[in-house]
Amino acid sequence: MPPLTRWYVRTALLYLFAALVLGVLRAARVIWQIPGAGVDALYLHLFMVGWITQFIFGFAYWMFPVFSREAPRRSPRLGRVVYVLLNGAILLRALALPVRSLSEGVDWQWVELLSTALLLVACLLFVVNTWGRVRGR
Amino acid sequence: MPPLSIWYTRVATVHLLTGFTIGALMLANKGVAFAPWLWRLRPAHMELLLLGWLVQFAMGVAFWIVPRRWEQPRRGNVIGARIALVLLNAGVVLVVLGSLVQDLPALTAVGRLLELLAALAFVSHIWPRVVGREG
Repeated sequence: MPPLTRWYVRTALLYLFAALVLGVLRAARVIWQIPGAGVDALYLHLFMVGWITQFIFGFAYWMFPVFSREAPRRSPRLGRVVYVLLNGAILLRALALPVRSLSEGVDWQWVELLSTALLLVACLLFVVNTWGRVRGR
Repeated sequence: MPPLSIWYTRVATVHLLTGFTIGALMLANKGVAFAPWLWRLRPAHMELLLLGWLVQFAMGVAFWIVPRRWEQPRRGNVIGARIALVLLNAGVVLVVLGSLVQDLPALTAVGRLLELLAALAFVSHIWPRVVGREG
């Protein structure tokens, strides 16, 4: 397992844990009527992007057919850039969602916009780095 | 594929089938309204597909293909992965039941707690195996 995949998988496991902690909080909110409008969206975000997407990115980088003898995983640098952008996007959104729900009147939309842009670029670069490896023998 | 991965995958597939069936009924109900109460199954549908299917399938495949040790036992101590299988499915069942029984939100909370413990148990097993060739 290459070092970058280890980073992806370990980070994904941490997000799974964080998402399930939020899952407990979501259930507790219903019982004790705790406010916190951003929790549902943050739960889904950490679950679908932080855990599932990141886990798949890591395993795809490791397991997909080699690109060439000289560059088996195409561009490891691009892989690292995708990791940084993806996690930057996740953390920005994780910061923006609860703060936005707590601080009315403060414009946090630009943070979410930046997060979405980072996510889009990360996905695009992942596709660029992976496309050539999706093939048979 | 090791027996534990077979268990993870088969149970995940049952959740997939159940989740998709509920989803198909909900979708059909949108076109031709034959049972308005079906919309109440939406949280159960999401739970079955997100936790019961996606997480469980990922755990089963990870248990199978994540690097093994050179010495026996090749997959290390698998108790955490076994406990995770039981806790995760108990959690999913409780959350689904909790979403159906409106007066018992504690059922959902206990279910979510079991899912969290399942993740902890699985991470305790898989974390030492997330390594390179050098170990």
